Amino acid sequence: MADPIRWARYRWQRLISTEGREGSSSNSSNKCYQSSKTTGKHRIVIPCLGHFKEEYEKVSKLYMNNQIRTTKYTLLNFLPRNLFEQFHRVANLYFLFLVVLNWVPLVEAFQKEITMLPLVVVLTIIAVKDGLEDYSKYKMDKQINNLLTKVYSRKEKKYIDECWKNVNVGDFIRLSRNEIIPADMVLLYSSDLDGICYIETAGLDGETNLKQRQVVRGYSEQVSEIDPEKFSSRIECESPNNDLSRFQGFVEHSNKDRVGLSKENLLLRGCTVRNTEAVVGIVVYAGHETKAMLNNSGPHYKRSKLERKVNTDILWCVLLLILMCLTGAIGHGIWLSRYSEIPFFNIPEPDGKSIPPTLAGFNMFWTMIILLQVLIPVSLYVSIEIVKLGQIYLIQNDIDFYHEKTDSTIQCRALNIAEDLGQIQYIFSDKTGTLTENKMVFRRCSIAGQEYCHEENAKRLESYQEMDSEDEDSADHQCGSLTHRSKWRGHDCRAVNKPLNRRSLNQLSGSYPALVREDGEGDVPHSGHVAFSSPIETDVVPDTQLLEKFSQISSRSYQQSEEAGRKLSLETTYITDFFLALAICNTVVVSVPNQPRQKMRQSSLGRMPIKSLEEIRQMFQRLSVRRLSSSPLPSVKESSSESPNSFVSKLSIFRMKLASPALDGAAQRAAECHSTDSPEDSQVPQELDTVNVAAGCEHNSAVSSIELSPLPKLCYEAESPDEAALVHAARAYKCILQSRTPDQVTVDFAGLGSLTFQLLHILPFDSVRKRMSVVVRHPISNKVLVYTKGADSVMMDLLRTASEGTNNSEMEQKKIKERTQKHLDDYARRGLRTLCIAKKVMSDAEYAEWLNHHFLAETSIDNREALLLESAVRLETELTLLGATGIEDRLQEGVPDTIQALRKAGIKIWMLTGDKRETAVNIAYACKLLEPDDRIFTLKSQSRDACALVMSKILEGIQKNTSASKKTSRKLGSVSPSPSTRAPGFSAGLVIDGRTLEHVLHDSLQNIFLELTEKCRAVVCCQATPLQKSIVVRLVRNKLKAMTLAVGDGANDVSMIQVADTGVGISGQEGMQAVMASDFAISQFRHLKKLLLVHGHWCYTRLTNMVLYFFYKNVAYVNLLFWYQFFCGFSGTSMTDYWILILFNLLFTSVPPIVYGVLDKDVPAEILMQLPQLYMTSQKSVAYLPSPFWITLLDAFYQSLVCFFVPYFTYCGSDIDIFSFGNPINTAALFIILFHLLIECKSVTWIHTVVIVGSILLYFVFTLAFGATCKTHNPPSNPYWIMEKHMTDPVFYLVCLLTTCVALLPRYLLRVLQGTLFLSPVLRAKHLDRLTPKEQREAIKRWEDDCIVNCRVEFQATSGSSSSATGAVSEEESIASVLPTSKAPLQACSRHGLVEDTSFLPDIQDESGTTNGLNSEKNIFLNSAKETNSDTFGSNNSCAKVSMCASEEGSGAVSLAHKAGLNSVLCEEDALMHFTKSECCLKPKSSNC
Amino acid sequence: MKNKTSSLPQEGEARPSRCPDNSAFKQQKLPAWKPQLTIAAVLSSFFLTGVFCLSVGVCLIISANSVREIQIDYSDKCSDCSKLRENSSNWNKECHCSVNFMLKEDMLGDVFMYYGLQNFYQNHRRYVISRSDAQLLGRNVNIQKSYCAPFTTYRNGTPMAPCGAIANSMFNDTIDLFYNLNSSVIQVPLLKTGNSWWTDKNVKFRNPKSYNLSSAFAGTARPPYWQKPVYLLDEEDERNNGYVNDDFIIWMRVSAFATFRNLYRRVRRIRQFADGLPAGNYTFHISYNFPVTKFKGRKHVILSTVVWSGGSNPFLGIAYVVSGTAATLTGFVITVIHLKLRKKKTFFQK
Repeated sequence: MADPIRWARYRWQRLISTEGREGSSSNSSNKCYQSSKTTGKHRIVIPCLGHFKEEYEKVSKLYMNNQIRTTKYTLLNFLPRNLFEQFHRVANLYFLFLVVLNWVPLVEAFQKEITMLPLVVVLTIIAVKDGLEDYSKYKMDKQINNLLTKVYSRKEKKYIDECWKNVNVGDFIRLSRNEIIPADMVLLYSSDLDGICYIETAGLDGETNLKQRQVVRGYSEQVSEIDPEKFSSRIECESPNNDLSRFQGFVEHSNKDRVGLSKENLLLRGCTVRNTEAVVGIVVYAGHETKAMLNNSGPHYKRSKLERKVNTDILWCVLLLILMCLTGAIGHGIWLSRYSEIPFFNIPEPDGKSIPPTLAGFNMFWTMIILLQVLIPVSLYVSIEIVKLGQIYLIQNDIDFYHEKTDSTIQCRALNIAEDLGQIQYIFSDKTGTLTENKMVFRRCSIAGQEYCHEENAKRLESYQEMDSEDEDSADHQCGSLTHRSKWRGHDCRAVNKPLNRRSLNQLSGSYPALVREDGEGDVPHSGHVAFSSPIETDVVPDTQLLEKFSQISSRSYQQSEEAGRKLSLETTYITDFFLALAICNTVVVSVPNQPRQKMRQSSLGRMPIKSLEEIRQMFQRLSVRRLSSSPLPSVKESSSESPNSFVSKLSIFRMKLASPALDGAAQRAAECHSTDSPEDSQVPQELDTVNVAAGCEHNSAVSSIELSPLPKLCYEAESPDEAALVHAARAYKCILQSRTPDQVTVDFAGLGSLTFQLLHILPFDSVRKRMSVVVRHPISNKVLVYTKGADSVMMDLLRTASEGTNNSEMEQKKIKERTQKHLDDYARRGLRTLCIAKKVMSDAEYAEWLNHHFLAETSIDNREALLLESAVRLETELTLLGATGIEDRLQEGVPDTIQALRKAGIKIWMLTGDKRETAVNIAYACKLLEPDDRIFTLKSQSRDACALVMSKILEGIQKNTSASKKTSRKLGSVSPSPSTRAPGFSAGLVIDGRTLEHVLHDSLQNIFLELTEKCRAVVCCQATPLQKSIVVRLVRNKLKAMTLAVGDGANDVSMIQVADTGVGISGQEGMQAVMASDFAISQFRHLKKLLLVHGHWCYTRLTNMVLYFFYKNVAYVNLLFWYQFFCGFSGTSMTDYWILILFNLLFTSVPPIVYGVLDKDVPAEILMQLPQLYMTSQKSVAYLPSPFWITLLDAFYQSLVCFFVPYFTYCGSDIDIFSFGNPINTAALFIILFHLLIECKSVTWIHTVVIVGSILLYFVFTLAFGATCKTHNPPSNPYWIMEKHMTDPVFYLVCLLTTCVALLPRYLLRVLQGTLFLSPVLRAKHLDRLTPKEQREAIKRWEDDCIVNCRVEFQATSGSSSSATGAVSEEESIASVLPTSKAPLQACSRHGLVEDTSFLPDIQDESGTTNGLNSEKNIFLNSAKETNSDTFGSNNSCAKVSMCASEEGSGAVSLAHKAGLNSVLCEEDALMHFTKSECCLKPKSSNC
Repeated sequence: MKNKTSSLPQEGEARPSRCPDNSAFKQQKLPAWKPQLTIAAVLSSFFLTGVFCLSVGVCLIISANSVREIQIDYSDKCSDCSKLRENSSNWNKECHCSVNFMLKEDMLGDVFMYYGLQNFYQNHRRYVISRSDAQLLGRNVNIQKSYCAPFTTYRNGTPMAPCGAIANSMFNDTIDLFYNLNSSVIQVPLLKTGNSWWTDKNVKFRNPKSYNLSSAFAGTARPPYWQKPVYLLDEEDERNNGYVNDDFIIWMRVSAFATFRNLYRRVRRIRQFADGLPAGNYTFHISYNFPVTKFKGRKHVILSTVVWSGGSNPFLGIAYVVSGTAATLTGFVITVIHLKLRKKKTFFQK
């Protein structure tokens, strides 16, 4: 309604804020503060010291200081500004217009002042609300601005305490541990020896894990604290922006040397310094220009669907009003023209003449508008707002949303869309963390093609499943003995985990971080929760087989066994590398709990008692020397001089690693692993080996005994749960990550002692590459190793492929790859998250070359991201596959139940996930999103045309099926093993992957896609990017005009959450971005059930009923005045005193509807939960269709007629005066309106009673008092003593009584008839409430059966799968295969699509049972498919054979499906997998060709 | 309630757990009366309403029937006078006419005499507001500011007392009632005070304070349509003169409808009129001043008795009877529906 105005206002604000940079609306989105005239794209920061002084003065004026003001108003501008904002609401403008209109003497209807009253009241209420909100903000700002921090003072040459608000850009700030960072600053010094500073960003994004920040290169080597006086560099960086994950710039030293800056160097305002004694930084962004503040976009307002509808109905009311006014105007004109001369009750104008009837009629029109203004309910908006606040309050206080483990409850971040919860038609759900717990548990792994099932681990998990709900700590006890875990974590971490709350939302947004610390946690040095560290995640029971092999490694290190087979040794290498990769290839921060977050130093150093600063310095120098050393063996030398332990351990692992290939004589294996190794490496260790065996043995035990003792105290803080799970898994095999610093990683390996890897690079994970790598220098072999882990889809392509002939090891590799792929597929089928682990050995030369490029990329400012990506891709090639891991992500509690309930409620649920297809589909089955007897269509096409064709074929098939005869359906029904509870109707699921999604989302295909999805019960989109997720949501929202809800927990769901009508964030383990973007934040997916089914239903029905009631009330009341116009010559007279007229709406009848809107309860919560079908009534907005609206209006008309004409005929012809006539009407209207509410109320509590009785009493008290006191209040109306007089008159009572009865009779009758004859589901449910529990249960069951019958009728059940669809497939495939093919597989396969038409296994959970039965068939089938595949392979080029294979498999699958009845899924699945695989294999092949 | 709902939960620092209170209000489990439209409740409500309305209606009809009322339209009978008044230049010419009528039976009890006007839109918005309550309270106010225009002052600036269109158009016929008993004519004694509301007479209308009335209104002039100034409205009774004149007060209480009656006189119950008006022949002597032809109006004179339920208007009684009947009938219909329904579906109605 007010969109253009909003826009204008926005523009205006921007104008204001750019002009006077004071920018009072600083919390409104990101603005460009520095326009191009000042510093262009970059900002220059220089310290206010020494020779820079002049420039500083010049530059710093342009930057904001650190004072923040989040308030909207000041004392001075509050009134004008607030009014200005309020008048953007059209309703307010309308009333302002009326007020102004009333000042025109010609048309004035009321006393001038009275018309203002409602408007003034409304404006005042809102202004007071705004003012209070603003005042609390002001107080917060003040508190924050006055926080103290240490700022370097030039005068005193030292750091002095200064308020935050006095911090300027260019100031040096020194912070100690646990202090909050007052502004964005570049880190110049850290007391940490490695120049590292840890910050906790919980105040910013809610993530409780620590982030590392690094001192700017060049400063980290400084031994002493940086001296601001000597700082003579200038910093140039980007202009302020709100991208938290980006910071670019450089430091320019006085000698023009430039050092690049990245986000690693930036300390963000609002974060807390942890683990670091002291840091010094220079402020680059302050106050509102800090990233935290720019990100603080404040609360967002959405307009609910209902509100939009209310607006249209208000337009109807306006139309009605105009109609009534026109009637009045015309009537007045006609009435006047009947008189040939002026009657003396028609007062002439001051000049003695009378105006012509037409003009009088015209004037009358405006008078009428003023008189009947109440028709447009000014109080409606205020009431709606209050009701919504009340509803939100009740939602937030629902104890069922309380999650004990995280001590969090629901948060409603958007205050005005609660009723949208009742109308959701589509739910878009993320998978990980939303449906699942996001507690990653290491389940299985496959190393070198050998699978390790970890049966015990699985058992442990099962036992957890049972105990989980009761108490995790008890489980803790059980498993505590198995692993090195101390119990403290189980207790403390979770207890202290501070959930988000209303306050902390503010802190998160960056403005109020400090206060919370003061609230309670400030004194405690560290008590943060360590993410991903619940016992279920940390405890891993090692697989016995693998453990055995693993122990051989350690034994082999000193017990050289000659007869160890080559295979075993190879495997050993693999296993070693595998676990090393698990332990190293991550970004996990290690800390020790009782010295909270004090990172673990290398053990030998850490245990040394540090006595003086001098010693630290020495140590530091030693370390830095070692770090910088690049000669092949110095580290060995040095460590030998330093501590024998590490030396020995290194040697032993070294020997172990290289000995076996050498002894076996199978050099090719070594050549393969270390293909570029220099030959000396393989000789030296052998010598060392023999020399040191004995020593190694002894020392080993010593080392292990010493080093194992601190083990339980290690805390791993990982960025992602997968990482944590892998590190914990490695730990279970005694490959323990001991410490991690920016340039070295220490791993305690199998009791062999610490290995300190020099960490050369970390190529972090990104969603494009879908992998991460670390580059380390092996401490013993001194080779550069690259460990990579990532999604199998990308990793498999990066593996080393045979370059020449068929080498033995190549064959081995290929075998491993095949087997691993099989395992991966198996994992995915079990719903595990899969990761591939690979490694690569680089020669120094190679590495140096790469490093050169990489360095260039790193230092470039402009195109850095792309260059870095390219650099990473260059590194991650030619990998050797080590193995794969399967991590389980368990379903959250109550997810299947919730999904079923929501589905019954008529909500379509889509799952949008970034995971691979198999995992997604399996999770979908597990959470009952897809059901065993659903037919699944898989959309997987490479081109748009193919996609279109496939979709239309599927659609055709579905349509044919739906129109198929009932007989077939019955036949199918008998065959299908579907549970009796479900109707054997047609239900389909659609699975679509990211790449196909791309095509499908294209404009031309959108419609057909949507048509298809509408036919499907569930849609699973896998491998979808965050952007695609949001596009899908937007598509459904815009094209289908459906109400959408998006639920997710991670940063990747943010865009989808923002696009959807209602965004729900799950405050899980992945930080708070989703919560920050959401409208509602819950802690568990299952809470969605009550949120939608109960609160959504309630909020919606309550609000709609209240809105309808409001319309009714206003129409009924205003019509009284209208009817009177017929008896006063349409002259605009009101028979009620103006005060009472105005107050009637404002005072006497305003509170009951609000209470009604907040508290009414049509159906109890329990029944709503048990009968999700009831949700459909609100979903289809049954309560607020046009018909109820018009029925309500009709009723209002009727009631006003009764309310007017009963008194009219009673008093007609008597000597009653005008206000005495109005009084009974008014009183009767009050009773009618209040009792009408009572009829509409579904439940009446004492609050209702109090409010209604109070309203009536208030009315009488007011009219009596008014009647007694106002002899001559402002003319013209004068109700003096009328009420008093009437109170003694029996006729008055009789009139009121009769009027009330007659007016309410039809409404009452309607309700009675609805309650008996035309029973709506909601009313039926209401009846249930009265039954005893047992009867209730029976009734509900009967109801459900009923519903199923209905469903059966609705969905004309369909025949068995496929014939048409199969036709489609084969047809399509034949097209594809006929197509000429070209070289590049990706482009070549343009016209090939694959559709699968399957009916799924009845019980996917019971894999072991059913699958076995199927296996034989499957294998045969697969073999045949392979044969066909290879045939085509020979003859044709890649694409054709792929499609051919697919087509063969497809049709084969279908025929098989026919044979096997239903159980063809797995075959289908395999067929598809095979297809993907072959595709994968083919790619590199063809590129070689 | 408003406060309760609008104050959002402030996170209490002291409360360690964020678990919401398990109170009935917050969990929306307040004990509630859920009005169930059970058959018993529905039927009893309809039948009770029906019975009640019927009985009230019968009472009302009986009492309304006991009212004796006679209404005489004298606009035609005094057609000469009305023609005279059509021309406003004859405003100061007197015109009398008399109307005879016969009471067939006695009018017992208090007998009220009304004048009735038809088609006189006293409730016209601008007419209704054209008065100054403050002036009528005897205060010395600047009536220019009031809504009296254009009847505030004369051209020469003399304010009108009382101002405004209502006062200006005051009904100024005088009606006397004569009882023709055996060819002798007895004037029926009529009370001209005590007809208005007590509060009006004693609180709302006050003469300006002065030693005598004419000096109180010195400097003001009568409204243009008036024949005599306000302080001469009742020369006989000081307490019924000026603004506190009953006729004036009653006129100033503007009527709700275009057709209305105003109380004019009450029969003083003395001598042969102690029990009301005896049956017989009567004559109204009317001094015809008020012009009605301009607005196609009519004038009546009405004699009526009054009961507790008001005048002779039987509407309320009939309405009660009708709605009572309707309610009872609906009750029966619902009974029938229910009986039929109970055979069909039984699972929810218990």
